[in-house]
Amino acid sequence: MGVGIHVEHLNAWYGSTHTLQDINLHIPANRATALIGPSGCGKSTFVRCLNRMHETNPIARATGTVKMGDVDIYSDASPVEIRRRVGMVFQRPNPFPTMSIYDNVASGLKLNGFRNRAILDEVVERSLKQAALWEEVKDDLKKKSGASLSGGQQQRMCIARALAVDPEVLLMDEPASALDPVSTSKIEDLIFQLKSQYTIVIVTHNMQQAARVAENTGFFLNGKMVEFDKTDKIFTRPSDKRTEDYITGRFG
Amino acid sequence: MDFNTRTMRLNTMRRTMTNYFVSGLAILSTVLVVAPLVAILAYLLYKGASSLNFDFFTKVPAPVGEQGGGMANSIVGSGIILALASSLGIPVGIAAGVYLAEFGRGKMLANAVRFTADVLNGVPSIVMGIAIYSLVVMQQKHFSAFAGGVALAIMMVPTITRTTEEMLATVPHAIREAALGLGVPKWRTVLSVSLRTASPGIITGCMLAFARVAGETAPLLFTAFGNQFWSLKLNEPIGALPLQIYVYAISPYDEWHRLAWAGALVLIVMIMVSVTLVRIFANRGVLKGSS
Repeated sequence: MGVGIHVEHLNAWYGSTHTLQDINLHIPANRATALIGPSGCGKSTFVRCLNRMHETNPIARATGTVKMGDVDIYSDASPVEIRRRVGMVFQRPNPFPTMSIYDNVASGLKLNGFRNRAILDEVVERSLKQAALWEEVKDDLKKKSGASLSGGQQQRMCIARALAVDPEVLLMDEPASALDPVSTSKIEDLIFQLKSQYTIVIVTHNMQQAARVAENTGFFLNGKMVEFDKTDKIFTRPSDKRTEDYITGRFG
Repeated sequence: MDFNTRTMRLNTMRRTMTNYFVSGLAILSTVLVVAPLVAILAYLLYKGASSLNFDFFTKVPAPVGEQGGGMANSIVGSGIILALASSLGIPVGIAAGVYLAEFGRGKMLANAVRFTADVLNGVPSIVMGIAIYSLVVMQQKHFSAFAGGVALAIMMVPTITRTTEEMLATVPHAIREAALGLGVPKWRTVLSVSLRTASPGIITGCMLAFARVAGETAPLLFTAFGNQFWSLKLNEPIGALPLQIYVYAISPYDEWHRLAWAGALVLIVMIMVSVTLVRIFANRGVLKGSS
């Protein structure tokens, strides 16, 4: 089951650039939350702070508290433990090119030393079914490289890979922006089904997408969170002028 | 638009000619690159093949004045020295390359290591021989296979280090992030993802380094020294093909000259076979559609 995330006074820097300024936010459990905003507004940095990927960049740092359930991810756990509980799907599909489809999906477990074949088989099948890819690849699991799939299939495989480690939260950083409309709609259907079991945070440039999949939406601008509310409220009666300007296409 | 005006036709002709010209240049260059290898192989076959017989591979060199004899001890000796050099040089070289690419980005130490590797690459092989002579042979008070292996290993390191670094740099950052994002520790990501993705290039680098030192004579003169008799011991002087070829080639005897040609042929075939075997071995298990 998913857990809720409480973010308090989160600040993040790249070198001397203050990319996130005092973000306060509650992301509810087992819902999809969309983050919208123009390029460079800090929404990607924000999701990367939620699984401590932000700090893999040597010049980056972050302060503040992020609580996943009862766990403060910056003081109570190591980055590695956090990333096992918080799955991430990236903007461009990033399969491991040397690995088969099976090994790609099983990689989170295998690379962490898990070896039980029977359980691995089961997890791979379950994850690929959850990602709606099982029927398309079940005959080539160990024969084909993960990189041989089409872009949309690769992205669904990456979602399966993230689900295989059984996370509580799934972060998606523009997961459909590199895909065609058919693949995009498959990914959206997927988010719709997955959000009953996982807490999903999705960054998107596509406002219709946010409206279609998310209960709540946050609007980011210049490193600050301008507004956070129910999705239909954000898109119909935003309380901030800047939000209204953005969603009506006056800038960004 | 009219595609058949005079200017258009001339343009098309010019482009076609340029295409032929550049293709021709590329083919010519390829021939120029391959020709020396073919010429050397052909000449070695012509000069050396007639002296190759069963004895060549099974007997030690005959004393001066006697007929026959072979290079069995040198062939095995070369194998031992190269195995030693590879088992020392390849791990160190790859580890240093991993440090440069994955952990040392922008650090002073990394820049120093990179600079040292580049300088080391340019050190003449005879200098390497003298250096190992004073560092290893003088300390042990005798020549040894071990000293030869160390000299060749040090010559292998800079090539392997730099190719490893460059090949790791071509691994997309997104793939590392994928692994880190799954909660895979950094060391495991480097081993199982970065290195594995870059492995074809790294293997090529190792093979280049191996092929280069396999034919080195100068660094072995003061270290492995050469040996006319059977020796498999690491702490004694040992025979090596390049050394034996050198000794036979500068001798005044026709018989020995013929054996030197045969030795050169065996050496080059050994290098080609080992490089090919590693390639075949490395290409096994590559999946359909992997890039």
